[in-house]
Amino acid sequence: MPRTRFRPYHLLALLPTLGLLGGMWFANRAEPFVLGLPFFLFWIVASVVATSAIMWVVWTLDRRQPIRGGADDDPAEEEPSP
Amino acid sequence: MSTALAVLTAFFVVAIGLGLLARRGRDMNLEQWSVGGRGFGTIFVFLLMAGEIYTTFTFLGGSGWAYGKGAPAFYILCYGAIAYTLSYFLLPAVWRYGQRHQLLSQADYFAKKYESRALGVVVGIVGVSALVPYLVLQLKGLGIIVSEASYGSIAPSTAVWAGAAALVLYVVVSGVRGSAWTAVLKDVMILGVVVAIGVYLPIHYYGGYGPMFRAIERAHPGFLVLPARGMSPAWAISTIILSALGFYMWPQYFASVFTARSEDVFRKNAVVLPLYQLVILFVFFAGFAALLLVPGLAGADADLSLLRVSKATFGEGAVGVIGGAGLLTALVPGSMILIAAATILAQNVYRVVVPSATDRSVAIVARALVPVVAVAAVLLTLRGGQAIVALLLMGYNLVTQLFPALALCVGRRRLISAGAAMAGIVAGELTVAAITISGSSVASLLPAAPQIIKDLNVGIVALIVNVVVLTVFTLARR
Repeated sequence: MPRTRFRPYHLLALLPTLGLLGGMWFANRAEPFVLGLPFFLFWIVASVVATSAIMWVVWTLDRRQPIRGGADDDPAEEEPSP
Repeated sequence: MSTALAVLTAFFVVAIGLGLLARRGRDMNLEQWSVGGRGFGTIFVFLLMAGEIYTTFTFLGGSGWAYGKGAPAFYILCYGAIAYTLSYFLLPAVWRYGQRHQLLSQADYFAKKYESRALGVVVGIVGVSALVPYLVLQLKGLGIIVSEASYGSIAPSTAVWAGAAALVLYVVVSGVRGSAWTAVLKDVMILGVVVAIGVYLPIHYYGGYGPMFRAIERAHPGFLVLPARGMSPAWAISTIILSALGFYMWPQYFASVFTARSEDVFRKNAVVLPLYQLVILFVFFAGFAALLLVPGLAGADADLSLLRVSKATFGEGAVGVIGGAGLLTALVPGSMILIAAATILAQNVYRVVVPSATDRSVAIVARALVPVVAVAAVLLTLRGGQAIVALLLMGYNLVTQLFPALALCVGRRRLISAGAAMAGIVAGELTVAAITISGSSVASLLPAAPQIIKDLNVGIVALIVNVVVLTVFTLARR
């Protein structure tokens, strides 16, 4: 697969971070229990499962991108900066 | 010999055997030794990278935190997931660059990207300084596991020496191939053992997860949520961010990127690893189950909770198997740490100090350094020290300081100079050292700040110093 260029759907990968970090505030409670787990733990587990699902979606969409050749070995990449 | 001891010994011997066999038919030059000749497929790279989540820290520290602290332990599940989303974008770029320039270590990457061997030396020293406490942590864990699982018939110090000797043996012979082969056995074992314990204990003793958590909530109200002060949501968020940024900055995992045959491996891993790390959940279940069954383990002894509750529940043979799995969680990361530390010292320090060194002599020096690093770690381990998580947190703060300089050079154009990167890293590390030595927290540094600021992980301070210094340097040069 060629180098990943930024695509708008890559922003989906921010959702796990938002869900997990945000959850520290708004999901930080024991009730209600879900599947036997206190709500806080359930929220974290659900977010982790969602992370895999989201990254699968991103990966699947990336694989559909047309294959580009050449640009990968662009020597300009090694150009020193400041 | 008792049953548990026999089972433990069998695991130990099989691990060494696998580690040695891994070399078969390979001519071990430095590229083979450090990064497996860049030929590992999805499974091996997956297992090396999953090494991060199944260390003795997870096995003992994860259950110990659930037992001793409750909900704050859940941060361990969070930072990995966030780090994997980052890795999807970061690691393919690192891999491509490593492939093009035949890089062997993290310090190589920085030295080449910034065209500065001096920066390579600095990054190398930072890496080794963080690796040594991490190795100490693994060895400490190994000592605890073996002594507990052998019902005290093997002293922790004996176990630590034996474990270190085994590591040195198969690391010198097989390099990272030894790590990969033993990782296969380790992951099968740990998956089986942890899930079995985490499912069995709550059902056997409490009749299910719901009843277990209800009983804990009754006995320790508020244990299953983050407290309002101390390990509060602000603490959790700052700690998760720091750990997620530091995740792939560990030299041994950074270098494991170079073992891959193709960059797609990392994208697949970013999909599978979040699910895979849910196994930690079962480690938590074991710690929670232990809370009401084997109460009274205070402070660092909380790390014993998983083994103590297992001994109270299962027979000797099963305890031996659990101990064997725990033994492997120390050996695999331990071997990767030794390889990374020795490679950095040989490739990024020795080669710079002795410019006339040939590839052959660098490879010899790397292997000669393995026992040196191992003995240093054993001595540090036996002299005691802090509880397991505290050690790891300091190591995390050290490697996290490398993240800004990496983020600013990973793209097509590097955004800062080598001088600015070095200044930022050095300032950050000095801050980490000052904070650790003085035992500071944000609360002690800013006593007048609101609680939400006071609870922040103090590592954030060092990261801010780092970014400020590198920004000032960059702007001053313009």
